[in-house]
Amino acid sequence: MNTLLSQSINLFAVVLLVLAFAMIAQRRILTLIHLFTLQGAALAAATLIVGYLTGQHHLYFSGVLTFVLKVVLIPILLHRVIRRLNVRWDVETLFNIPTTMLIGIVLVIFAFNLAAPIAGLSESVARGTLGIALACVLLSFLMMIVRAKAVPQVIGFLSMENGLFFAATAATSGMPMIVELGIAFDVLVGILILGVFMFQIREQFDSLDIRHLEKLKED
Amino acid sequence: MDPLVLVLATPLLGGVLLGLWGHRERAGELNAGMSLLTLAASVWLTVIVVRDGPLTVWGEWFFVDPLNVFLVTLTAFVGFTTSLFSRPYMRIERDHGKMTPGRMRLFHSMYQLFNGMMLVALTTNNLGILWVAMEAATLTTVLLVSVYRTPASLEAAWKYFILCGVGIAQALFGTILLYLAAERAIGGGEGALLWTHLAQSKHLLDPGILSLAFVFLLLGYGTKVGLVPVHNWLPDAHAEGPTPISAVLSGLLLNVALYALLRCKVLADGALANGLPGRMMIGFGLVTVVVAAFFLSRQRDVKRMFAYSSIEHMGLMTFAFGLGGPIANFAGLLHMTVHALVKSAIFFAVGHAAQKAGSQAMEDIRGLLKVNPTVGWGLMLGSLAILGMPPFGVFASEFLILTTAMREAPWATPFLLVALGVAFAAIFGRVQPMVFGETSLRPLAHPPALLPVFVHLGLALLLGLYIPPYLDGWYRQAAQMIGG
Repeated sequence: MNTLLSQSINLFAVVLLVLAFAMIAQRRILTLIHLFTLQGAALAAATLIVGYLTGQHHLYFSGVLTFVLKVVLIPILLHRVIRRLNVRWDVETLFNIPTTMLIGIVLVIFAFNLAAPIAGLSESVARGTLGIALACVLLSFLMMIVRAKAVPQVIGFLSMENGLFFAATAATSGMPMIVELGIAFDVLVGILILGVFMFQIREQFDSLDIRHLEKLKED
Repeated sequence: MDPLVLVLATPLLGGVLLGLWGHRERAGELNAGMSLLTLAASVWLTVIVVRDGPLTVWGEWFFVDPLNVFLVTLTAFVGFTTSLFSRPYMRIERDHGKMTPGRMRLFHSMYQLFNGMMLVALTTNNLGILWVAMEAATLTTVLLVSVYRTPASLEAAWKYFILCGVGIAQALFGTILLYLAAERAIGGGEGALLWTHLAQSKHLLDPGILSLAFVFLLLGYGTKVGLVPVHNWLPDAHAEGPTPISAVLSGLLLNVALYALLRCKVLADGALANGLPGRMMIGFGLVTVVVAAFFLSRQRDVKRMFAYSSIEHMGLMTFAFGLGGPIANFAGLLHMTVHALVKSAIFFAVGHAAQKAGSQAMEDIRGLLKVNPTVGWGLMLGSLAILGMPPFGVFASEFLILTTAMREAPWATPFLLVALGVAFAAIFGRVQPMVFGETSLRPLAHPPALLPVFVHLGLALLLGLYIPPYLDGWYRQAAQMIGG
């Protein structure tokens, strides 16, 4: 039973990684939000399983928190934002998806190399997945760089937070409770502020294209 | 009653109170009053620390030691003087139609919360809470930077949010790695991220994990410090936000980020014992000083120019702490203090000058001495102080940094001297026509609050001539704590 469960941690880790790749290549904003929700669900499941296997009960709480925040609250907020901004069916033109994917693969290899020596030192049941967590962080970073629209950039930001939460579970037996609560609070407030910003940007620029936000440059 | 409770609770309560108070009359006075209370509480705290020595409170969750006690007082002090300055300044902005009642409410409420979050970050003993408070301080200032809702301010705020968000995410990864090392060395649980525990057993922390953790922490908190190449948000946020916010961003938030970095450096130094963190800070600091000095000389916007000057000075402090040792650390701490005082004073003067000219472009600001002599003298003396002219405190700290650099890292001194020279020529050359020169502009409608400018400059002058013994004692103890 326990071997099966510890295997399933690896499974969820792989799901996270695949979803991170899928998000890089996804053109439709609505599908992007669905992918993000799935990623949150995989993260919550992985956290709960690690909590069960190690007997660290505060991880249950952290898993539930992740679920409430990343599967329920934030997706609801994002859906409302895109509905009110009328970008629900928007399709973004992405250039050079194959090249981006190749860069992504290089990042994954880099992340695994960086994490390998540290993972050996960790005592967590999920230590093998630290590389995957770091890869998710770097892939979200890549996504934020290549996207030109506000909503996908914000989703990239949130998905980076997912990778970090997963790193905390994979490398350690979860950060102290109060810290996790604080981080969750910051993420929630951050997404609310970004939501407000999107409306203001739209009002000022008539578009959610971040490329309009390049006026302030050095002369 | 614990004075620390008051120090932390006053601004947080003030944020709520001013949110409820809204745009009614006397909101500006209430804001200044809350800041004065915070300052009084932190002076009380300082008196207790002077009498009884360092203290930890509430089951070691918060602590006050020589490294943070003077920063707490400095933060509360500049927070108070800035609230005094912002009262007439924001009133003029409202008369110019830039601020609506709703925005005034947001400004006052977020200003208090921002101060509160910085004080939490300074006094917390838990490195995780330190991260949370830094991020919260970022969030409050994002709203403040975009308060005018102009396209440029929205762009600046968006950049600020995204760049600092990504940056601070790196710092979170560094903190997670630190926790991993702590779990192995002193066991997990709530106590494992407490700085005092980590500092006691820093030699036990795994060097492999710590070196990687420090890279992430340096990049992460370095983004907030404004280190090149992750400094891009800083000039935009300073130039487009309201001037009181530019003053507290430059004077206080950058210091708090550097403070976070220093706390992490102590741990990494203890675990690594090969001087790698110091060398990385020397490298980043030096590049920052040089790049910022050259960008500075190309600016046309007065607030952008002084924002680059802040980047330059933060680089100089990072360089000093990278050198390490009692003298360079002492100089770095002194520089943190005088830079905060002088730079906020400059922003106060610049704010009124730009309001009067109706523009932040330096070619539009002329003849300050004729119309508002106090603004003109404030800007002139402030610029001389920040450029390191002798009687001011900046001279003392820069002199100490340079002489230590000549001994410890002689190769770096020519770069530093060239950068300081370029900055001097640029700022002095630009400020002179703004202060002297001819003008046809009318004086401001409300009398500007320039007392803070001269109080700050007076203190910076005092620190250049005489450092009180307890302050000297703290600097020495803190310098020893930072080690390196």
